[in-house]
Amino acid sequence: MKELLTGNEAIARGAYEAGVEFAAAYPGTPSTEILENIPKYKEIYCEWAPNEKVSVEVSVGASMAGARVLTAMKHVGMNVAADPLFTYAYLGVNGGFVIVSADDPGMHSSQNEQDNRYYARHAKMPLIEPSDSQEAKDFIIEAYDISEKYDVPVLFRITTRICHSKTIVELGERKNVGVKAYSRNIEKFVATPARAKVHHYELEEKLKKLEEYSNTTFLNKEEINDSEIGIITSGISYNYAREVFGDSASYLKLGFTFPIPKEKIINFSKKFKTIYVIEENEPFLETEIKALGINVIGKEKIPICDELNPDIVREALLGEKTDRIEIVKEKVVSRPPTLCSGCPHRGIFFELSKRKDTVITGDIGCYTLGSAEPLNAMDSVVCMGAGISAAHGFAKVFEKTGRKTKVFGIVGDSTFFHSGMTSLLDIVYNNSNVCSIILDNRITGMTGHQENPGTGYTLMGEKAPVVSIEKICEAMGIKNITVINPNNLTETKNALNFHTELNEPSVIIAKWPCALKRFSEEDKKQFDLSVKKYKVNPDKCKKCRMCTKTGCPSISFDKEKGASIDINTCIGCSVCYQACPFGAIEKVGEENV
Amino acid sequence: MSKVKNILLVGVGGQGTILTSKILSTALLDAGYDVKMSEVHGMAQRGGSVTTQVRYGEKVYSPIIGKGQADILVSFEVMEAMRWIDYLNPDGDIIVNNYSINSAPILSGKAEYPSGILEELSKKAKTKVVDAFKTAEELGNIKVQNIVLLGALVKKFKLDDINWEEAIKNNVKPKFLEINLKAFESGKEL
Repeated sequence: MKELLTGNEAIARGAYEAGVEFAAAYPGTPSTEILENIPKYKEIYCEWAPNEKVSVEVSVGASMAGARVLTAMKHVGMNVAADPLFTYAYLGVNGGFVIVSADDPGMHSSQNEQDNRYYARHAKMPLIEPSDSQEAKDFIIEAYDISEKYDVPVLFRITTRICHSKTIVELGERKNVGVKAYSRNIEKFVATPARAKVHHYELEEKLKKLEEYSNTTFLNKEEINDSEIGIITSGISYNYAREVFGDSASYLKLGFTFPIPKEKIINFSKKFKTIYVIEENEPFLETEIKALGINVIGKEKIPICDELNPDIVREALLGEKTDRIEIVKEKVVSRPPTLCSGCPHRGIFFELSKRKDTVITGDIGCYTLGSAEPLNAMDSVVCMGAGISAAHGFAKVFEKTGRKTKVFGIVGDSTFFHSGMTSLLDIVYNNSNVCSIILDNRITGMTGHQENPGTGYTLMGEKAPVVSIEKICEAMGIKNITVINPNNLTETKNALNFHTELNEPSVIIAKWPCALKRFSEEDKKQFDLSVKKYKVNPDKCKKCRMCTKTGCPSISFDKEKGASIDINTCIGCSVCYQACPFGAIEKVGEENV
Repeated sequence: MSKVKNILLVGVGGQGTILTSKILSTALLDAGYDVKMSEVHGMAQRGGSVTTQVRYGEKVYSPIIGKGQADILVSFEVMEAMRWIDYLNPDGDIIVNNYSINSAPILSGKAEYPSGILEELSKKAKTKVVDAFKTAEELGNIKVQNIVLLGALVKKFKLDDINWEEAIKNNVKPKFLEINLKAFESGKEL
């Protein structure tokens, strides 16, 4: 049977067909839909872990116990997970272990575009790169065989355009490999220095065997045409190369890219006058191929920064530009992403934006958009957890220099569970005057609404204990914790005022469900989520634009007519209603006559 | 069936471009084409400019196209058509929804929504302006403007012989099927 699947859907399917028994991940674009597609395969146990490191560690345990396991994450998630990975590469597996890294060249939804192929070389793990959904499914099945045969975890590297492109996949049946036997094996699985020394020698031997495999596997294949140009490429770049050169070049398409197939590359290169290496971002293959003494053209022509497409490859290597229509620049205004209509983060950022002399350290999530126009209420965003820990650094330096600026650290609920908790612990332990604001919108928002330890449900749809952020903060020793409804501006402002005056670690929990969330029964009981509508009374509007400073996409402003609210998209959060100094915004159905 | 055809759909996060591309792609697959479709998730979906690309033919390699390569640009919003016009083949067509959505700099008063975009588009390429928003509003649900545009695309691209009803049925909730089918038919007539 043929289906149109994204790369992420295909990986989930491949895991199912490969007989995977256990899967874990933390959501992160562009990897999220891999695990989201696992629950439909009832044979697989799956879960959202609180962060990528935990996800890898539970997967390590499951692999030791004898199951084939899948763990998936976005590229920066692998930085979080690196610790267990490097050592598990030494130890080797029991059940096959595959870790998927979804890299984001072009940074569609990321803070950097690191090339995680280097992790394979760094951690000494074999590396597989599919170029479309069919390969994603087929290659992952092969990945489990490699993992078990060579006794190593395997890195399966994909990129945004593989993850989120739908291509045709021929489905197969599930292999019932079952769960392997487990019995205690201290020599293999306990990484003490003396044993790790032995493991390192063993791993080097495994890599030699994997290089032999690399030279013979079907994952690395030649496509020879009558040409003077030979192209060595991998992943999505193969498709761009085919698109540009068609049958006018020959290809060495690499699906297994660490260890590289040295012999195969040398033999291929001898056949052609010119060799191009086409790869996105870093010269991962190019550096290794040049080290073989082969003269290739790569990054001297193909850009390192940003993602590739056929256009860029064509221009870089052939110097040809396609005909195109010029944009009339004055007819286009930028359209950056914004907080949605009714977003519960708006109230808090609106109030923060009005405060003078503050530092606001942000974090990764929808609330990063608090840094956007017109709110501009953020000083920094680095990585998950840094919203809280960077605040501590700021506060300590300010304390040292006598600067009175209040520091607010921002983090979301899921991000708090991910790595904000340890950051808050540092604030308490080393005592800084930081007010941490936890934006608890009852869901993992940016990645498209995944459950987390605070939502009361698991990835498999089962009920789970609702972990209380408030009680965690209390247990850590925070004395002043204020829970607010961030849609209530007075409540929000009062809380900010109170916590500004404190000279101790403190916490504000802004609790209101994401406007786009499918509300749970608990949400409906706890919050008034009925849809209301607001409108502008044009007779009262003084055209002061205060409502537009909330950055709500439902509000527009006309110099002649003043403000207006799009009734179709307003969900009645009432932030603009409270922001208007002239009472010109009225609740539909309760207009002042 | 030899030459690969490229469709570029552009709009604003939340307008339903991804669902439209999904219906388009599954229908083309069932019609026997090789199909690749590329979409963008995450940060960009929060009210930002979004694009999806659908390519079909006998054999498709790249899921994405470069500039000057779309055979048709379907824009769900007026200004977005101009933003992405450099991806259109100069001989290609534009279908543009006669509907404007203000972006953040416009909402905050830092910029004004440019006037005369439709006229500029018409000067640059073959442009068909479609009142998809208005049609959807008249049908009783503005959300189906995407399916109105799908109807217009099918008509323009002469893809009538494909089983669209089946594709729509497989991709929308049963209670919204009827209004979506109506939207599709209305789109073909615009």
